[in-house]
Amino acid sequence: MDPRPFDEPWQAEAFAMVVALHERGLFTWPEWAEMLSQEVKRPGVAADGSDYYQCWLRALERMLAAKGIAGASDIDGLAAAWQRAAHATPHGKPILLENDPEA
Amino acid sequence: MAARVRALETILTQKGLVDAAAIDVIVDTYEHKIGPRNGARVVAKAWSDPAYADWLRKDATAAIASLGFTGRQGEHMQAAFNTPDTHNLVVCTLCSCYPWAVLGLPPVWYKAPPYRSRAVIDPRGVLAEFGLTLAAETKIRVWDSTAELRYLVVPERPAGTEGWSEEKLAGLVTRDSMIGTGLALAPEAA
Repeated sequence: MDPRPFDEPWQAEAFAMVVALHERGLFTWPEWAEMLSQEVKRPGVAADGSDYYQCWLRALERMLAAKGIAGASDIDGLAAAWQRAAHATPHGKPILLENDPEA
Repeated sequence: MAARVRALETILTQKGLVDAAAIDVIVDTYEHKIGPRNGARVVAKAWSDPAYADWLRKDATAAIASLGFTGRQGEHMQAAFNTPDTHNLVVCTLCSCYPWAVLGLPPVWYKAPPYRSRAVIDPRGVLAEFGLTLAAETKIRVWDSTAELRYLVVPERPAGTEGWSEEKLAGLVTRDSMIGTGLALAPEAA
């Protein structure tokens, strides 16, 4: 009877990473709320809340950059590698980063 | 989006900051274990047990924790009791702060800009959109959640439920009634 909280698996993973990093003490929850607030208050966010987890993910990326853990270029590069690996992987097989043809 | 999330997981795993098993446990917890049934138990107990209601009013964090529901973000809880002349409504104008331990993750509308901006300015209009029209003389108190302090609305106990068990009462307590965008169900609707 309770609605499922996530529409897609990546949303659940992005959510859980923030909870896990907070539990490790990487940031305080008020720090996170402030970062998330900046993203959900940007002009152009969807009025129906449908891009909430995009905002969540952007806030996480900015937090990791602010804490010196990963910069945008690290993330861009690795995301592109994952995408190439996904294309190179036969349907039905698990996607592995080693399958990136440029790796 | 999925590729970016995978990229982040890869980086964080390599740095030893997250591990896949811990991520799975967190997802499972919020998808399957925590939800408004927790809050409904708190409300039903407050309706049935005046000493518990008093505790909930004075120290909601401890009273709620006594039932095994504890927030993971170090947040404090406050209970806002509806009365015949005051209705309580909860919002987070900052982002989407919500009492996860008792209600699970918030519904989409709670996180969306229209609710966040209008609940404070025009609570009566917002409630009307939820199909809840209060008497003109009923006061509405709006509580703005923060990262440190989250609110649980305790709706009024419906008439005609004298002698009901806590378990049966909990079935009348909806998620929206604990946010303030609804009321507890009438016995015949349960």
